[in-house]
Amino acid sequence: MTQAFKGDGSAGVIDAAGLQRLIEVLAEEGYRVVGPSLRDDAIVYADMDGTGSLPAGWTDRQESGRYALERRSDKAFFGYAVGPHSWKAFLFPPVETLWKAQRGSDGVMAIDSERHRDKFAFIGVRSCELHAMAVQDRVFGEGPYTDTAYAARRSDAFIVAVNCAEAGGTCFCVSMKTGPRAEQGFDLALTELIDGEEHWFLTETGSEAGQRILAQISNVQASDVQVAAARAVSERTASKMGRSLDTNGIKELLQDNPGHPRWDDVAARCLTCANCTMVCPTCFCSTVEDHSDLTGENAERVRKWDSCFTLDYSFIHGGSVRESSRSRYRQWMTHKLANWIDQFGTSGCVGCGRCITWCPVGIDLTEEVAAIRAGPGEGKSR
Amino acid sequence: MQAARDPFVPDIYRVEQVRRELADAVTLELAPQSGTRPDFRPGQFNMLYAFGVGEVAISMSASAREKPGFVHTVRNAGAVSGALARLEPGATLGVRGPFGTGWPVAEAEGRDVVIVAGGLGLAPLRPAIQEVLARRECYGRVTILVGCRSPYDILYRHDLEQWRQRLDVTVEVTVDHAGTDWHGDVGFVTTLIPRSPFDPDKAVALVCGPEVMMRFAGGALQKAGMPASDIYLSMERNMKCAIGLCGHCQFGPAFICKDGPVLPLERIAGLLAVQEI
Amino acid sequence: MNMETMDQILARQAFFADFPPEFAALLAGCASNCHFKAGEYIIHEGDPADRFYLVRQGKVALEIAAPARAPVVITTLGEGQIVGMSWLVAPYRSEFDARAMEPVRAIAIDAACLRGKCEVDHHLGYEMMKRFLPVIVKRLHATRLQVLDVYGHN
Repeated sequence: MTQAFKGDGSAGVIDAAGLQRLIEVLAEEGYRVVGPSLRDDAIVYADMDGTGSLPAGWTDRQESGRYALERRSDKAFFGYAVGPHSWKAFLFPPVETLWKAQRGSDGVMAIDSERHRDKFAFIGVRSCELHAMAVQDRVFGEGPYTDTAYAARRSDAFIVAVNCAEAGGTCFCVSMKTGPRAEQGFDLALTELIDGEEHWFLTETGSEAGQRILAQISNVQASDVQVAAARAVSERTASKMGRSLDTNGIKELLQDNPGHPRWDDVAARCLTCANCTMVCPTCFCSTVEDHSDLTGENAERVRKWDSCFTLDYSFIHGGSVRESSRSRYRQWMTHKLANWIDQFGTSGCVGCGRCITWCPVGIDLTEEVAAIRAGPGEGKSR
Repeated sequence: MQAARDPFVPDIYRVEQVRRELADAVTLELAPQSGTRPDFRPGQFNMLYAFGVGEVAISMSASAREKPGFVHTVRNAGAVSGALARLEPGATLGVRGPFGTGWPVAEAEGRDVVIVAGGLGLAPLRPAIQEVLARRECYGRVTILVGCRSPYDILYRHDLEQWRQRLDVTVEVTVDHAGTDWHGDVGFVTTLIPRSPFDPDKAVALVCGPEVMMRFAGGALQKAGMPASDIYLSMERNMKCAIGLCGHCQFGPAFICKDGPVLPLERIAGLLAVQEI
Repeated sequence: MNMETMDQILARQAFFADFPPEFAALLAGCASNCHFKAGEYIIHEGDPADRFYLVRQGKVALEIAAPARAPVVITTLGEGQIVGMSWLVAPYRSEFDARAMEPVRAIAIDAACLRGKCEVDHHLGYEMMKRFLPVIVKRLHATRLQVLDVYGHN
């Protein structure tokens, strides 16, 4: 985890071979290196051992309910936005054994809890994703109780951020003030510059660990021209956002309008499939399952990702509090954009657009918010 | 607060005593397998783990001063609570807690105390009643109003009798239906409120029971002149982790496990009025 | 012993708070004191509803009897509460039994007499309705919550 770091403001420049070397150095230092790769017609995050597994020359076309890959005219390593995966799958595993228990014939119980701990190096973390990690840090680390395994994975992780050169079709990080430039929370931040045969990465350091690793890779001091070119990349990306979200007064807007007719409108479309919660980088809901074996002597508790869209989620006393799809969609959106502010001091949304892209019926929360703003509400009721 | 240890992992406790309360409810007295039981406040709850079955949130049913261990009244209402209700003395179980906010017993000092219990709601309230009666001189008038389905469902009859016998406590019990052998009141618990002796300007009300009952009891207390800021409800929602990390227990922006379960009506009146929230 | 007049007794009852004094005399003319022993039936189902009662002391059970089962107590009424509503609605026959659970002192009001007086003077009728309607509404609300069976299992 990166400490607040005041570098000397200078940046280095590495080439593609340098990036390959960076990945090797990280692996040598015992990191499990994870980064983007192409699988099943999508760019996902998986273990990597070199730049060869990066989806070079690919980009994505994203719209409400649509995701498709397209070939680029160049061989950029990071020329796409974000895919269905987020880094939460590594920091907050979808399935994790919390503890195991044994009970002897004398009835005495014993519990042993050792949680799996990986030392990750993430390659290609976007600014919105850095903010998403910070959001989850607050959830898992700043309450009265903390998830110590998450905190350990987080502090062990080495983060190589990438400044987006392409704005996704559903991106709105500018509205959420979470990008497109990575400002903090990384060990190294790369801006890819590709122009014909020229292919290099402006590399900024964000921590002492980043500085130490970079020192092992041959790099040249960045020129002012190169620094300016990198900034221009981010400025161009910022101007091409696919969506926008007006966050003014959004907390009151949603909390005070539980009876707004728009909820009925979205309920007619929402399948409660939970895709949005699976792809969202900040959704943190989980459930626990208790298993035991046939001998009755061994039991374990497993934590799994859960979603507020399932009927079981709010089950109590023989029924679900949120039975209708209307109430479940309302819960998700109100939590993400409004209640989160009361709970954790920031919005839960980082503007990555995944929920819009991966919704099978193309529900777009920026559109839903705009509709609630525009149409007359019924005031606080129902 | 379990600062140093993993809050996901239960402590091991042993069942010392089991007492049958109703046809479908027992009270378990638990002692730690090692070490001492942590201190807790009335209104807080533990997550009780039945080996291999699962966990369920159960409020403390007796105050910290009553017994050295934990006391929990459990109703057989599902797989986990059923397994817990069938435990025998000597059996082991897991305990995580104490969690949540407690009843405002200290804040109520110098004021009248109105307890409104519905059904098994009397169980989470009993620790508060015990704390108040242990320092009776610190409070004004103490009124305990209890509503149940029928005379066969009245919890803690022995305690109610003891409290009723005190001259400094008013106890009223009503049931939804009864036969002619019941000599008490018949009618919904809210009907007891207009006739109760408390000063609405100087009282604190602690309400616990099914949500519908609490909603209407809160309304009746307000009609009797109490401000919503002096009325406290013990809310319930689906709970998995009990430590604010799984999301299930959210009620509007509040996590019942850490912002509740005891919440002032003033904070939640708007939410109670919304269906499916 | 200082004997209070019926006017004075009625004026002290919360139910008749702010009752216009000119009507108090009219009402007093229809009212009388009564008492019942524990277990005594005050009203039987099906009786002509020619009286209703304002309880001054004691507890009354409203009951329904069904064949082959013990009577079920629907609600209990106490001090200051009205027993008997059927006098307001034709055919003016009692719907339920009312049994004194303990010794009961009450004011009995001759309903037939009062109905007559209300027909003649609608202002008196309005004053009576104004007091009865909230009682009926509150009891309906409470009964609905009772019927909800909130403490029931699933």
